[in-house]
Amino acid sequence: MPGMNAPASPSSLVDPLIVAGRAYRSRLIVGTGKYRDFNETRAAIVASGAEIVTVAIRRTNLGQNANEPSLLDALPASEFTYLPNSAGCYTADEALRTLRLGRELLDGHKLCKLEVLGDSTSLFPNVRETLIAAEKLVADGFDVMVYTSDDPIAARELEQIGCVAIMPLASLIGSGMGILNPWNLRLILDQAKVPVLVDAGVGTESDASIAMELGCAGVLMNTAIAKAREPVRMARAMRLAVEAGREAFLAGRMPRKQYEASPSSPTSGLIGS
Amino acid sequence: MLALTVNGKPMELATASATLADVVTRMGLEGKRIAIERNGEIVPRSRYATTSVASGDRLEIVGAVGGG
Repeated sequence: MPGMNAPASPSSLVDPLIVAGRAYRSRLIVGTGKYRDFNETRAAIVASGAEIVTVAIRRTNLGQNANEPSLLDALPASEFTYLPNSAGCYTADEALRTLRLGRELLDGHKLCKLEVLGDSTSLFPNVRETLIAAEKLVADGFDVMVYTSDDPIAARELEQIGCVAIMPLASLIGSGMGILNPWNLRLILDQAKVPVLVDAGVGTESDASIAMELGCAGVLMNTAIAKAREPVRMARAMRLAVEAGREAFLAGRMPRKQYEASPSSPTSGLIGS
Repeated sequence: MLALTVNGKPMELATASATLADVVTRMGLEGKRIAIERNGEIVPRSRYATTSVASGDRLEIVGAVGGG
């Protein structure tokens, strides 16, 4: 038996995240925004161990330098699964157009992250538009991972529509405020048959651990890594946190005993007794 | 002359006829990972060379960038 400092084989190898019929070793999905440059983007994402990376679809700059490096060169499809998003869209129609362009851009890639916002200050999702877009995307053959509020009814309806993963916010996008309503996440988790991933709000590794301890299938984050003082180090922390949280969830925590202490050492055999 | 709107900005081509492939070349996007919507409809990459553009056309040309 190896000593406790020997490298452990990652439990994720035997406990894959399954999304739309495909298995992933890592339960951490990371965004690619807000980094200083593509070198930092790549270094942090490699350190995170993430296999799925979100990308945004935006107008190309007119007259851009033809030799400018591109995000997709820094993160090639041979190493990563792209998750094109509709971030910044405020209507179902905008989101549909954006994700269809993303699918064309990525040669028919079906996996997408649907996000329809309702407010430019809070970036809270517009659930009505999200539901409309989800229905059309599913009918159009997309595998939809959907960003939504932590409303269990909305989550259930999105699952009934056929979304392949439900991704409620834990707190506002980019806020780093952590898991503000674990009870709602539990309600969503208790009923869902598809993976539930916390998307938005994670600030540091303990937030990711808490999400995984609750039973989330994974965590999606961007700012918590990109805006850490040392993004590569934080990416590593997040990898470990997601693995640790998953292990703790599978292990099953001890019951909480609010007013009852229980010694870990034998109560007999004390000297002088 | 052809007067187009590309990514919300006016673009004039001093030619009587042009294809999407010509627009892509003019923008320096040849060989880049892009997708194009012409008047709200996606044009598959395989059809850039055979799709003519007309004055008044609205093109959206997009690429993948960092995002969360």
